[in-house]
Amino acid sequence: ISINIYFWYKLQRQVAKLLQLKAQLGGDEGKHVFVLKTAKGTRDYNPKQMAIREKVFNIIISCFKRHGAETIDTPVFELKETLTGKYGEDSKLIYDLKDQGGELLSLRYDLTVPFARYLAMNKITNIKRYHIAKVYRRDNPAMTRGRYREFYQCDFDIAGQYDAMIPDAECLKIVYEILNELDLGDFHIKVNDRRILDGMFAVCGVPDEKFRTICSTVDKLDKMAWEDVKKEMVNEKGLSEDVADRIGEYVSMQGGQDLAERLLQDPKLSQNKQACAGLTDMKLLFSYLELFQVTDKVVFDLSLARGLDYYTGVIYEAILSQTIPAPAEQNGADEAGVSVGSVAGGGRYDGLVGMFDPKGRKVPCVGVSIGIERIFSIMEQKAETSSEKVRTTETQVLVASAQKNLLEERLKLTSELWNAGVKAEVLYKKNPKLLSQLQHCEETGIPLVAILGEQELKDGVVKLRNVASREEVDVPRADLVDEIKKRTL
Amino acid sequence: MTLSQIDEEVAKLLQLKAQLGGDEGKHVFVLKTAKGTRDYNPKQMAIREKVFNIIISCFKRHGAETIDTPVFELKETLTGKYGEDSKLIYDLKDQGGELLSLRYDLTVPFARYLAMNKITNIKRYHIAKVYRRDNPAMTRGRYREFYQCDFDIAGQYDAMIPDAECLKIVYEILNELDLGDFHIKVNDRRILDGMFAVCGVPDEKFRTICSTVDKLDKMAWEDVKKEMVNEKGLSEDVADRIGEYVSMQGGQDLAERLLQDPKLSQNKQACAGLTDMKLLFSYLELFQVTDKTSSEKVRTTETQVLVASAQKNLLEERLKLTSELWNAGVKAEVLYKKNPKLLSQLQHCEETGIPLVAILGEQELKDGVVKLRNVASREEVRLISDQNH
Repeated sequence: ISINIYFWYKLQRQVAKLLQLKAQLGGDEGKHVFVLKTAKGTRDYNPKQMAIREKVFNIIISCFKRHGAETIDTPVFELKETLTGKYGEDSKLIYDLKDQGGELLSLRYDLTVPFARYLAMNKITNIKRYHIAKVYRRDNPAMTRGRYREFYQCDFDIAGQYDAMIPDAECLKIVYEILNELDLGDFHIKVNDRRILDGMFAVCGVPDEKFRTICSTVDKLDKMAWEDVKKEMVNEKGLSEDVADRIGEYVSMQGGQDLAERLLQDPKLSQNKQACAGLTDMKLLFSYLELFQVTDKVVFDLSLARGLDYYTGVIYEAILSQTIPAPAEQNGADEAGVSVGSVAGGGRYDGLVGMFDPKGRKVPCVGVSIGIERIFSIMEQKAETSSEKVRTTETQVLVASAQKNLLEERLKLTSELWNAGVKAEVLYKKNPKLLSQLQHCEETGIPLVAILGEQELKDGVVKLRNVASREEVDVPRADLVDEIKKRTL
Repeated sequence: MTLSQIDEEVAKLLQLKAQLGGDEGKHVFVLKTAKGTRDYNPKQMAIREKVFNIIISCFKRHGAETIDTPVFELKETLTGKYGEDSKLIYDLKDQGGELLSLRYDLTVPFARYLAMNKITNIKRYHIAKVYRRDNPAMTRGRYREFYQCDFDIAGQYDAMIPDAECLKIVYEILNELDLGDFHIKVNDRRILDGMFAVCGVPDEKFRTICSTVDKLDKMAWEDVKKEMVNEKGLSEDVADRIGEYVSMQGGQDLAERLLQDPKLSQNKQACAGLTDMKLLFSYLELFQVTDKTSSEKVRTTETQVLVASAQKNLLEERLKLTSELWNAGVKAEVLYKKNPKLLSQLQHCEETGIPLVAILGEQELKDGVVKLRNVASREEVRLISDQNH
């Protein structure tokens, strides 16, 4: 009997497993088991979020276009080989596709490597391009709570050999214009130069092999106090206190063109070729920034170090003054940590594309990445706290009727309005109540309602009502389109 | 190990080293996109933008909202929804987390979105790329990554009004895209099913006969009939009866006639379908459309004016003017050269389609004017600087 019970339990478990499998496969009469979630780290955009997103894209894209940029698009996945070896430690965050018998593929991790591949593939030496698209990173949720695994990046880059600093200045002008137009409050843009940083480390006594690692420690000054940064340099990175102190003197400096002048006179720095080149270009940059009228918000800041290895010249980061608390968002500007409030970042990277070209042809580049996800969350929060409703449609007028049996007339008028380019809606009901039609307007923010009635039809007019104020006026049918366009400018 | 074996192993290792980017971190770059995918260059993007603008303004004109969903879904979400086509789904590698797949269309994500958010009514469009591992041997030239552009009205409404609006939208879009003449065929699943029933098609063959009839747009009736009889097992009589119906085309009048058809009128499904078809046509009559045409040169930028100079040492002035133009919202460019030749500046305009060039010169600066030249016609006019727009 005990053996029977054993078998019975085993049978139960087998049956349970099979039922689960059947449910998964959509068992009974093709009834589908629907899993109601998105993948971890991804989300849908609802219509309100899409309306905000569209507004932000329009502002950013018109700025890019105003500066004569073209755009390109690349596939969402690349050959695995293309991405291999380009991201250092971050490579473990790349999404691979399953080996299904064809090429090995991975989802793109950023827009820069695809850009470099595109340039090399098409043998392009000069281009001014923007690219706005989603990228994919398998961030570990334990370490980076709230970060998305699918998120937008918005890149603008000028590739090509040109006279010094003019394109670099235009990039800064673009960041300035975008942040102004987005109306996110006060901001400033820090600029520095890799050559100045490297020269500074050299004259302070940092050993060559520690340059990169000291750079990333200095980069933390936007989040940590100097004492803690110094501690890390001395205790973790092995610098002597003297060297750390010397660095400390420089990185506390901020200014404009005047600071660049002063440093060119600095007895130690002026002996360093790299630093001089960087400082001379910094002066030139500021002279162009003055002509572009953006110097009120740009600061030459020696503590700006930026995390990416591939910068070779000017580097910059735009920071909002008012930081609204948000979850640890990712800023499309940088792989490494960026300060809270940072909304854009970039710099010059002359060596990257050459690495990808089979002949090693150098294509100098300067660019900026706008932290668009950060901007979305700021705008979404603003919309929530604002009294103004975010509309998800652009409908200008609802065609309605108070009486029955006027569906034909409503459909006819709606069609006339569509043909004239007016954004119009009509309820899918033969005999809707006027109240439900007005409610639809109020819920979705439609500003006008065109009301048809027997008498109005006889008189050849339409009652045009302002939904908010309830003011009504009889408009001759022939003038209706013009009247609507006038009122919804 | 023999010498040749050693050689072989060394060759393999060298190949591996090259793949891993051997010498001094020199990277071996594979200069291709994945099979079935392609980049869009600026010209293609300009065309794409034009097409999207026309389509999206039509959707907006009809009061539609838009949503977006992630490029991959949980594998379970897509499982069991695509029948035989399931083998064309791209899966992501199991990297220790959830099992994921790239979306195959926008309809299943839409259904998931509606269910997840308990939405019963929505009019939405969604334009995004989808992914299918088409077998290149069978479908040469097809892309594996391509755009879908969907418009759907979800919700319980009075019959045929939303259906008519969908057709109105297709009509408007195809007119505005100016692709030449077109026509839209309509039918109804209930009419088809009713028709098969009265012709004598066994219930269990409905779906498969449906897909054979569907081939009439590509194959002649004789071949379609052959497939029905030889491959799908219908009798010739039944096939002929189907043949009589499927050759019919018309408007509201056809729906009327068929409602009088002695056999069809006895079939409940067919009657429901035909009655709705009449209603649909009555609404389609109330909706009319006007033609629009447009033809433009395809540019990849929208720049309106290039700020140029014929003489040397005018970079500062060029930059200043360009900045003023940008500040005023004008789409302007300036060459990244301290002393460019006028010819190269004009060539840049011609190559990229910039219509105007604002030329600065010593004399003009003294006089407080700017020479504004129309690139195409070469006509020039002197404008007072502060009225340059």
